[in-house]
Amino acid sequence: MPLIRMPTDLAHMIPAPEGPPLIEMRGLKTHFFTEDGVVKAVEGVDLDIYPNRTLCILGESGCGKSIMARSILRIVDAPGRITAGSILYRAADGRTVDLAKARHGSRELREIRGQDIAMIFQEPMVSLGPIQKIGRQIVETILLHRNVSKREAREIAIELLDKVGIPKPAERYEAYPFELSGGMRQRAMIAMALSCQPRLLIADEPTTALDVTTQAQILDLIAELKDELGMGVMLITHDLGVVAEVAEEVAVMYMGQVVERGDVYSIFENPLHPYTRALLNSVPRLGAPKQRRLPAIRGMVPHPLARPSGCTFRTRCDQFMPGLCDVREPDLVRRNESEVACFLHTREVPHD
Amino acid sequence: MTDPILEIRGLNKHFPTGGGFFGKATGVVKAVDDISFDVIRGETFGIVGESGSGKTTLGRCIMRVLEPSGGTIRFSRNGREPIELAAADKASLTEVWRDMRMVFQDPQSSLNPRLRVIDLVGQCLTKTEGLAGKDLAERVSSLLEQVGLRPEYLMRYPNAFSGGQRQRLGIARALATRPELVIADEAVSALDVSIQAQTLNLLRDLQEELDLTYVFIAHDIAVVEHFCDRIAVMYMGQIVELATTETLFETPRHPYTRALLGAVPIPDPRARRKRRKTVPIGDGSLARIGCRFAPRCPHATALCTTKPPPRKTIAGADVLCHHAGDI
Repeated sequence: MPLIRMPTDLAHMIPAPEGPPLIEMRGLKTHFFTEDGVVKAVEGVDLDIYPNRTLCILGESGCGKSIMARSILRIVDAPGRITAGSILYRAADGRTVDLAKARHGSRELREIRGQDIAMIFQEPMVSLGPIQKIGRQIVETILLHRNVSKREAREIAIELLDKVGIPKPAERYEAYPFELSGGMRQRAMIAMALSCQPRLLIADEPTTALDVTTQAQILDLIAELKDELGMGVMLITHDLGVVAEVAEEVAVMYMGQVVERGDVYSIFENPLHPYTRALLNSVPRLGAPKQRRLPAIRGMVPHPLARPSGCTFRTRCDQFMPGLCDVREPDLVRRNESEVACFLHTREVPHD
Repeated sequence: MTDPILEIRGLNKHFPTGGGFFGKATGVVKAVDDISFDVIRGETFGIVGESGSGKTTLGRCIMRVLEPSGGTIRFSRNGREPIELAAADKASLTEVWRDMRMVFQDPQSSLNPRLRVIDLVGQCLTKTEGLAGKDLAERVSSLLEQVGLRPEYLMRYPNAFSGGQRQRLGIARALATRPELVIADEAVSALDVSIQAQTLNLLRDLQEELDLTYVFIAHDIAVVEHFCDRIAVMYMGQIVELATTETLFETPRHPYTRALLGAVPIPDPRARRKRRKTVPIGDGSLARIGCRFAPRCPHATALCTTKPPPRKTIAGADVLCHHAGDI
């Protein structure tokens, strides 16, 4: 690779992935069978997650980004279940396991969870038990997944607390979760998630509930650990600022499907899907020229039980083409550096 | 000419801490600590700060849903005698609450789930103007239209609405009594990006249509920059900097303002930068004397930890810092 990169050569600003993907997701469908009907939370998603790379999943609430992530770990609650597709996980020894088909509660699945793939959530109290001291909870995880003595586990735990930036880690080891502030709890949860040196970290809105100064520190921390451990990261967020700051690759989701996918520069500088464009336009930006009104996306996300036919975004799209967008579903196809699911880019549009 | 609608002087709100059940309070938290500012009629006055900075408490003290521990709040309505809110009694407050209304963050919990839209939005009209029946239905319908909801929704319950629509209901309810001042506390924070943009546009349209003054409390700095004319930055109960939006963002003077602005992620991958790690996380230790930001401040000197900072006015900005102007 040339050392001096041409500024126009966008894709080359991001190094190619090292080795095969950790996760290959193909045609994943996760549906919820409710009394009122079937909610298609994830409706045919293809994604690859590579080691030492951050993939950001961008989307608004209800787009299926969290359910997609939970499907990887197989922690989707009833009445939801994976109905189709595969999630191939490539272990350190090169073995592959289809997580979508692994039996619930199987040893295989339990070993991968926590040890190979760890997850952090928006609300740290989801993964921290309220009545056990922080240190003990981390030690338990370490003892479960790593072959070390109790004393060693304790040392590792304190080291981790220190690493995630918790002041006086030996003291905080003895603290209960409620004794810590939100930012500290988030750090403790990250320490726990990292205690087994996972190969893949799934972070679901890890900084949404935090203040910006704390958020900046947590994002830096995740980036540092990614570089250090060569960990793959899948970060789910609705915050475009966070995406721009940490992502190498971005997948934009709308109503359970990936509508656009590409490297971070292509997505931000040359967005192809009308939804991606609209989303980028609708956020106020620091230092941008003052505009009285924001270009908002009209309408709202349709009810999950009333999925529009054809392209699901057509009901809010300014470039809706009757007879096409409402009849056929657009496939995700490659255009330049990204992939997009939109007929504007797959068909010759008549010019008038 | 400046025409203040609110003049706040030396406002305090202290909460006792410690003690517990039947115990004696052992200390106080100064959630709002000696705050003074004016809100000009017709402007959008922003209050930003991180969690625990006291911005919500400040808003509630202005509304008088919380009793201030000290200070004055003068509320001047169009063509009426100014009223002193901090000392106002229940009866005059009930009357004031027609002209000063609040929009809350969580559209889920701030709307009574057992009330139909007509009662939810119209409740205050029944109470204050004695509206009922057809008159009430008409007024509420036109309010719904005003916030972009269909008038047919009159008989629905809040759970039939999405988050964005519920926030519109909250706005309709606030506007029902034709207020002059609206205090919006994190009014768009819980909304998705696309809905947030719609709601901000709606608030702006309504402001022009109805000559509203907004006090806009939020933690999202980009939203505040977009929406507000002047901004007060709060840190631990104090306003550390107050300036017009342009001035604040062009030349932030307080070290905390700088740290805050520097921490906001910018939605442009080319702007990726090594953030300055100047603000270590506070570990709860308080500077009891001197500047409250000193323990986290990269510019702190011995003076900062021994003497409370003075309020300085530099090039139109009000800054609470010993070293403002020379850092």
